[in-house]
Parts: sequence; C-alpha cells; structure tokens
Amino acid sequence: MTPTEIEKIFRDEGGRALATLIRLVGDFDLAEDALQDAVAVALERWRGSDLPANPRAWLVNVGRNKAIDRVRRNIAFRGKQQELMHELLLNASAPCDATDTALDDDMLRLIFTCCHPSFAEEVQVALTLRTVCGLTTAQVARAFLVSEDAMAQRLLRAKQKIRLAGIPYEVPEREALEPRLRGVLAVIYLVFTEGYVATSGEDLMRPDLAREAIRLARLIDALMPGRGEIMGLLALMLLHDARRAGRETAGGDIVLLEEQDRRLWDAGQIAEGLKLVENALRMPGRPQSYTVQAAIAALHARAPNYKDTDWPQIAGLYEVLLRISPSPVIELNHAAVVSMVDGPARALDLIDALEARGGLKGYELLPAVRADLLRRLGRHDAAREAYLAATAATQLEPLRRLYARRIAELD
Amino acid sequence: MQYLLMIYRNEAELGQMTADDRKKLTAEYGAFTQSIIQSGHFKAGDGLQPTTTATSVRVRDGKTLTTDGPFAETREQLGGYYLVEAKDLDTALGIAARIPGAKTGTIEVRPVMIYD
Repeated sequence: MTPTEIEKIFRDEGGRALATLIRLVGDFDLAEDALQDAVAVALERWRGSDLPANPRAWLVNVGRNKAIDRVRRNIAFRGKQQELMHELLLNASAPCDATDTALDDDMLRLIFTCCHPSFAEEVQVALTLRTVCGLTTAQVARAFLVSEDAMAQRLLRAKQKIRLAGIPYEVPEREALEPRLRGVLAVIYLVFTEGYVATSGEDLMRPDLAREAIRLARLIDALMPGRGEIMGLLALMLLHDARRAGRETAGGDIVLLEEQDRRLWDAGQIAEGLKLVENALRMPGRPQSYTVQAAIAALHARAPNYKDTDWPQIAGLYEVLLRISPSPVIELNHAAVVSMVDGPARALDLIDALEARGGLKGYELLPAVRADLLRRLGRHDAAREAYLAATAATQLEPLRRLYARRIAELD
Repeated sequence: MQYLLMIYRNEAELGQMTADDRKKLTAEYGAFTQSIIQSGHFKAGDGLQPTTTATSVRVRDGKTLTTDGPFAETREQLGGYYLVEAKDLDTALGIAARIPGAKTGTIEVRPVMIYD
C-alpha cells in the first residue's frame, strides 16, 4: 500500500469507524483521539504490506483498544472519576459488532446527531463537514471564511453541547424522523449550494464542498433507500454539478447557461441524475421540493441548447414548486423563466409585484435578475443602474466581473 | 439527566386575557403537570408572580444594592419552570413542547449541572 492509497481508505472509512467508536465509548472527543491513534498505527503497519480484510473493522477494533488505554491512563491520573470510567471501560470492551449493517446504523446516528435541530444551522454544517466528511478543522474554517482558531472553538462548544445537554446518539423514531430527515437534507443542500456558488471570494465554485455534499447524499440514500426526497436531492445536485466544467472560463470568469458549451457537461453524471429523477417521481405521494427542482434541472440537461429548452414546462414546474414550498426566491426564479415564455416585460411585472409585497428585501440576486430583464427590454439606463446595485450587493469577485462586462456592453 | 424547563411569555399579553381564557390555561397546566407526574418525569415545578414583584440584588465591594424589577428587561419574561428527569435532550424537548405556554411563549431547556 502506498501512503496515497492508505489516505484514500481513511477518507472513505474514517467517518464510519468514528461513528462506531463514538457509540462504543460514548464520547466524541475520546472517539476522535482513539481513531487518530488507530490511524497512526495503520500508517505504520499497512505501508508496504497488504490491507486487512476489513479495514473499517480493523480501525474500529484498534481504535477501541486505544480508547481503553486512554481511559486506563486517565483512571490512574484521576481516581475520583473511577466509577464513571469503569462503566465506560465495560461498554467499550463489550464485543464489537463490526458487520456492515451495524456500522451503517452508526453512520446514520452520527449524521442525525451532527444535524440535531438544537444546533444553529451553520454549526450543523460545520460539525457534519468535520465529523461525517472528515474534513480538517482548517478546511472547515476555510469553507466558513473564519480563522482556524474560531472554528476549533465553535466545534469544541458543539461537542461539549452534545455531551452536556444529553443530545442522543440515535436515529429519531417514527413521528420525529420526517422533520429530522428534512433537517439533514437541508444541511447537505447547504453544503452543496456553497460549493456551487460561493458566498464571497475569488472563486465562483468550491468543487470540494459540492463533492462532499454529493457523497453525503449518496451515503444517506444507501442507508435509507427508497425515499423520494433523498433521491430527488441527489439527482438535483448531480445535474447541477454536471455542468461545472462549462460554468467558468479557464480564467475563472462566469459563463452563463445561455453561453455554455454543452459538450463540456459531464454526460455520465447527467445520465445518473436523469435516472434518479425518474425514480424519485415514481415514488408514492406528492413529489417533494427537491424532486421538482431536479426535474427542472433535468429539462435543462436534456435541452440541445438554451433557446430550444422546454421553457413552458419549466415554468409549469416552478408553479408546482410555488404551491408545495412557496418562497420569494422561487418566485424570482419563476419570473426569470416567465421571461423566456412570455417575454421580459411580463417577468418585470412579476418582480415589481414581488418587491411591492416586501419579499426578497436584501436578496443579492434580485438586482441582477432585474438588470438582465431591463437590458433585454433595451432600457439601458435603468439596466446600468440595476447592474451597479447588483455589483454592490455581491461579495463574489467573478459575479462583479460579470456585471462589469454587462455594463461595458451597454455603453 | 435533569433539565430545567423555563417558561418565558409576554406578561402584558397575559394580563389582557379574559377570565375564561385564564381558567382554561390553568386547567391545561393542571392536566399537563399531572401527565408528567404520572410518566415519572416531574421533579418540581412552579409558576412565578409577575416581574412587577421582582427585586434584583447585587453585592459590590461588600455593599448590597437592591433594584426594583427583573435582571433584564426583555420582550418575554420568566413566568414559571419545571424541573424534569429525562433520558436525553430529545425527551426533554418533547416534554417542553407540551407545556401549554409553548404555544404563545418560549421554553428554554437547560441541562442541570452534575457534580462528580
């Protein structure tokens, strides 16, 4: 085994091994330390020899022994907590069921714990990236544009809350499951959207975050098979992400959908996404929001070019979305699509009405959509003003450059 | 584990309740308390007089300062509490959601510190 191959195994199996260790030793920090110990041993033993038959189970077993060692050392130091530690030792030394099902259940427990609604949403995202996806604290800090120290503090407080507030290490039961699963999917989608269009900075996309979100959705789809909303979310992300290579120039400038070279799109990923949408639409019950959004992405993916896209059907799907999960952002997207069916003037009326109702106050893409409609209507002065407002509203450099190009074209 | 469920609600709104509504709310609290006594979660619980009856005490440099009113002026005020025994946070949150005051106010759920 080469170090790179070993590294890959840690990436793939580390999350599951950690999930099981947390259940066995009942403590996030102890489990993380124990897994680190096990990884150090693995790096030494696996190099230049064959892998153990089941690397995951190997990591769990070595990690468990390392945890017991750590607890024993602690008992020697702190006699006071002896009784408590003793109980922990008994738990940890009980026979470990390292079958795949048991490890899968642990992974689900870990995901649901990290996405517990008693955490703020961004804490849920950070905990999930760090613990489930195995990103380093520095990597998570970069995703949030905060210092590594600040992120380390945030993660520490979250793990303390798990322990002190008694957040259960469990997959919620029956009636609690649906809302909690919605929360988990929302966290995954948040990770994805940040990877798809970053909030700020030099780069339009953060492909690593998009990849992690897709990996998480695949995992949860495998762990809880046959659920339409999970398939819908996975399909939505696969179809969006498939366009990645076409969405920017080599120099990092944005290429809008209408100008994208569709030959750059990832055909394999599109095929997988299309199949998943079909399956998700076939599930019983009314279609979920992610599935409808995926169906919209599927129509874009199938279209031969921008002009010949099935705009009327996309507009219809947005109307479905407005019924099942109404939001001002979806109204804005709907208006943009209406401009392709009924023209920009009709779309502008919809946006004016939306703004008059006070929706979308401060939403940074609103002036950009308005600017595009005004430009197409030939109202150059108003368009220029809207592009300037759009520039002021964003912190993302590639978007600023796009608006500057548009303004230059107007002059 | 033990959790303190603190019931915050708007006193001004509560003061405007009709006698009938007040009676109904009292009955709801009675039924809820009974249910958590029977399920074994109840440890203690009380309602509090309004913040107009509150006095805050601070000792600075050995001198005791008393002020009229609550510690902080907020939109919602602490109006009562339950102390419950629950196996984990989800159970405690489930109990908190059933407190009649949760429908109009806010229940803050805090784990009780364990000394070992």
